[in-house]
Amino acid sequence: MSTTSIPAPRTGYSRHKSTRSKFEMFAWLFMRVSGIVLVILIFGHLFVNLWAGEGVQAIDFGFVAGKWASPFWQIWDLLMLWLAMLHGTNGLRTIIMDYAEKPGTRMSLQVILYIASAIVIVLGTLVIFTFDPCPAGADPALLASFCSAA
Amino acid sequence: MAKASTGTLYRGNEGMWSWVAHRVTGVGIFFFLLVHVLDTALVRVSPEAYNAVIGTYKTPVMAFGEIALVAAIAFHAFNGLRVILVDFSKSGPKNQKKLFWGVIIVWLIIMIAFVPRQLMHTFGG
Repeated sequence: MSTTSIPAPRTGYSRHKSTRSKFEMFAWLFMRVSGIVLVILIFGHLFVNLWAGEGVQAIDFGFVAGKWASPFWQIWDLLMLWLAMLHGTNGLRTIIMDYAEKPGTRMSLQVILYIASAIVIVLGTLVIFTFDPCPAGADPALLASFCSAA
Repeated sequence: MAKASTGTLYRGNEGMWSWVAHRVTGVGIFFFLLVHVLDTALVRVSPEAYNAVIGTYKTPVMAFGEIALVAAIAFHAFNGLRVILVDFSKSGPKNQKKLFWGVIIVWLIIMIAFVPRQLMHTFGG
């Protein structure tokens, strides 16, 4: 009696090319990778700004100047800004795709989302890089102590 | 909400509610983030403008807003890690309900630690 071989299902045959786009695969992966990095960045941010010392009560212009005097916190905040905005924008894109059914609604909500995100990312990046911790003519009492050091 | 006309095994259990909460907290955090980048941008206007706006974050009402924010972020973070485990770990899908209760326990620990700390910062003590 000869053995019959049965071909494994779903091999060597497909009706049409896969419609999965590389972009959606990338977006799915990005949510997971950026998510892990954001857990570290945001819990670090919350620890320093809300938990340590006086918490939120200690935050003022001088506090921000003190942090951004160090490239460490500049890069931390820059990375947090970009990753959080892209992660959030893609999350809202997913939600728009799920609930907005009319093509016009889908399109206009997405346009509003992308414009708002682009403005916030560009504005935030400019603020981090053009920030002046010791603006000329400002009340010295509001500035970080290193501004008045000779 | 997905529009299944018939009941499914998934509906109404830990899997669905964690998914709903993940969306709700995600949207909330996103809109806070838009406002937060704008208020921080005031450091480019003047120290007075920034201090005036950040001063509103120090009021008792906003102290509870910050508790809600931390609650939303902590849930979204831990449930996000749960989603990653379900996607990438071999035993993840089988244990998704246990993982959900793990998320709730870690979230509770964070909140039990943060809430008194935040109230002490705000009301003194």
